[in-house]
Amino acid sequence: MTGSSKNGASVVVVGGGVTGLSAAWWLARSGVDVLVLDKGVVGWEASGRNGGGASHYQSPLFHEEQRLWPQMDELLGYSTEYRRERLIVAITPTQLRHYQYMADMHGELGYRVDKLDACQIREAVPLAGENALGGIHVFFGGHANPQRTVQAYAWALQDLGGRILQHAPATRLVSEGGKVRAVETPRGTFSCDALVVAAGPQSGQLLEPLGVRLPLAPARAEMIVTEPAPLMAVGGVDGNGLYGRQTLRGNLAYGGGPHEWMDVGPTGPVARPSTPLLRNLAKRVAELLPKAAHLRVIRSWAGVVENTPDGRPVIDRLTSPENVTVATMSGVGFGLSPATGHAIRDLVLDGVCSFADLAKLSLARFADLPQNWRDARGWTPAS
Amino acid sequence: MTEPVRDPHAIDGKFPAPESMAQIVVIGAGPAGLAAALDCARAGAQVLLVDENPVSASLMADDAPLYFGQRMTGAVQTKARMIEQVFAANPGLEEAFELGIDVALGAYAWGGFLNGEGVRALPGPVVGLADEDHSWMVGFERLIVASGARDLALGFPGWDQPGVMGANGLHALLTTYDAFAGRRIVILGSGDLALSTALLALARGLEVGAIVETRDAPQGSADLTAQAAAAGLEILTGHVIARAEGGINGVERVWLAPVAGGADRVIDCDTVCLAIGLVPAIELLDVLGAKLALDRGRGGHVPVLTEEVRTSRPEVFVAGDVAGLGLSVDAAKAQGRMAARAALESLGIAATPATPSNTTVPAPADALAYQTDWVRALLRQGDGSVIVCQCEEVTREALLAVRQPAYLGPPSNSMGVRDLRSLAIDGPINQDQIKRLTRACMGVCQARRCREQVALTLAVAADVPVETIPLAGYRAPVRPLPLKVLAAWDEAAAMSSGWDVWFGIPTQWTPYADIGTDREGRHAEILGGDMHL
Repeated sequence: MTGSSKNGASVVVVGGGVTGLSAAWWLARSGVDVLVLDKGVVGWEASGRNGGGASHYQSPLFHEEQRLWPQMDELLGYSTEYRRERLIVAITPTQLRHYQYMADMHGELGYRVDKLDACQIREAVPLAGENALGGIHVFFGGHANPQRTVQAYAWALQDLGGRILQHAPATRLVSEGGKVRAVETPRGTFSCDALVVAAGPQSGQLLEPLGVRLPLAPARAEMIVTEPAPLMAVGGVDGNGLYGRQTLRGNLAYGGGPHEWMDVGPTGPVARPSTPLLRNLAKRVAELLPKAAHLRVIRSWAGVVENTPDGRPVIDRLTSPENVTVATMSGVGFGLSPATGHAIRDLVLDGVCSFADLAKLSLARFADLPQNWRDARGWTPAS
Repeated sequence: MTEPVRDPHAIDGKFPAPESMAQIVVIGAGPAGLAAALDCARAGAQVLLVDENPVSASLMADDAPLYFGQRMTGAVQTKARMIEQVFAANPGLEEAFELGIDVALGAYAWGGFLNGEGVRALPGPVVGLADEDHSWMVGFERLIVASGARDLALGFPGWDQPGVMGANGLHALLTTYDAFAGRRIVILGSGDLALSTALLALARGLEVGAIVETRDAPQGSADLTAQAAAAGLEILTGHVIARAEGGINGVERVWLAPVAGGADRVIDCDTVCLAIGLVPAIELLDVLGAKLALDRGRGGHVPVLTEEVRTSRPEVFVAGDVAGLGLSVDAAKAQGRMAARAALESLGIAATPATPSNTTVPAPADALAYQTDWVRALLRQGDGSVIVCQCEEVTREALLAVRQPAYLGPPSNSMGVRDLRSLAIDGPINQDQIKRLTRACMGVCQARRCREQVALTLAVAADVPVETIPLAGYRAPVRPLPLKVLAAWDEAAAMSSGWDVWFGIPTQWTPYADIGTDREGRHAEILGGDMHL
């Protein structure tokens, strides 16, 4: 590989979110000269603003996700605040039925899940109340601190000699002879032998001039956080239409509910406002954990995530330009990131993922998608 | 033509109309806000005037919205008595009632929301209000934010104990509340804020143990300096507070050290009042998405004004300290009237012509240079163990080492070599990024006691102008309110029925092996999109 001069790298990664940083870290672990370009500060978008869940049973990367998370602090050399297990609390019969059905699905994948009755769930979740009808105890998965994890990837990458250039938005991919040869940014042009595009909502617009159509619909989602509560033995508690966790500091951080479809320009979201939805989130947290209803909400925030038409990731090494690997995680990127990075590393270096079949995550599945697919689903900004 | 398809789980159409509407909402019944509300009402507009006083004892205990330093008397526990006192202290409220203004006292304005960048789904402009029991939304056509200023806190050894407070907190306890529990005060700073605080304290029969100025000369106006001298107040220039010590009830004495070196003076006192500066209370403006800029002459981050008193959000006007520090009370009232006139005219309502008055600020001093001088002097007192963020117990040393919080145990070897300098190599210092790593400014006081101090400390430590450090953003709710108070217990039916834990895309959650099989449809049928884990 030739791109190791200062103005480039063997592999350039566009996007310093969890997916791009993990991919770069995995590549650096294999001795590859890698450069990550980010439009701003690493992990500043959805990678650092999500619920921190790490339990993606639906993914082909699930087993690798479960294998890697318990090792990540040690592998990275920095804390991610990862903790295993989750408890899902139902306060309506429908929720209980849904959670128990999910438990059966997890069981079929070979993982332990216990179904808990009302007494058991109240005992397991000290902040739950008399309204808890039951729930499930998931002995895999868990949660980590997104903000700390993003920085851990970035620092671990640097410790291996990888480079990160912040405030360097990719403005154009320079292609020649069926390959992308360089990435243009306001801070210079960076040559590459191979390219990884993990630029979140901006990925589609970046690839479009190359004739690659990556259908994405960005949306804004919101979370709230309270002051700290006494630590529960398992912090990964959610349910009642919420995702989230008790942080290791004790804060209750939860999100869920309706999202707002939007358009995002090539430089990313201009603003990430939260809305009065925080009152609906507060209601659901107070219902989920009645013994915490007195806790004060101290912040809300929003993040912008992109979704593919079927809600599933695209993780694909393109055929043209053939040195480009694309990854968009369709709203579930954080938890899978240890495994996603590994898969991208394999695709970049070996052309095929060594540990999972990714065929159903290829971009080709959208080849016949109508141009107006967002309108057809109503996945467009409110008028 | 067919109706456009809408995603049933998207937010548009899910917010109910607000509980009530007001043509003009004014936040803050200080001199500027009250003047604005009165003029709006006189012109015939329908006005809601919101003021959070009397704030609850529990908020006061969290040093919100002002830095009260636990020096409240027990009287603040009695809400009814406090409401009477707030009325007695602010005679203009009587006039507001007489003019038919809807006055909401003890109501917290915790958020303000407008459609714009990133949000288009709101039914219209709304403010979020709350009392001690519940929260509600009020729609508005125009908003006048006159939220005043809050206290600037700067740490020193022993500042994390009862009895250390801010100048506005002290003013509020002495005047609005008549509920100050201290007797003998040491005042830090010698500008007009500090001198007027000292004179007020004397007038209320309190003792002033010392006025401490780190610069070589007093910083106040000639007039106030003369008044202070006439009252027998001495300004100890070229000094800095070295430490405060005390017992279970907080401060009992302080050590004052000459900046140039030499013997400390020890002074008995029960209160240390930080009167080095104030901070425009821009929380709501930031949440509203109004453009802000750091202005050294106006006391910190202030709204960028498109017209005299109009922010970058055309529905939102400002008056008083929130627009920039330095106005006299009369000038603040005049600015309130200007805001009223501008808001009324933008609604097509004729306003009574304002009597011309001078709202120009005397040549503004560089407030940030003064604050920075204090930070430099204070950083020389005590060691790295001095707390910067009280809520999260982040020390100076931990902040500058960008160290992970104590609950994560000792840092790894790799973590041990990371610090502010190594982070600065990767890009300009970003306070929000450092907040996420160290937890400094992430606590229940919502960074009221540490936001500015952390920015100034980072700027001094990294030797960069404080302007290069982006404002650590404010988010709703801008008052720390309980889940059960903020909760929308009467949630709209559309919100309940359209709720999904994530995006409500059933195919997103199909186990990989089941994609394209019969089982996929069965999962979706049974679970809908409710399959997130």
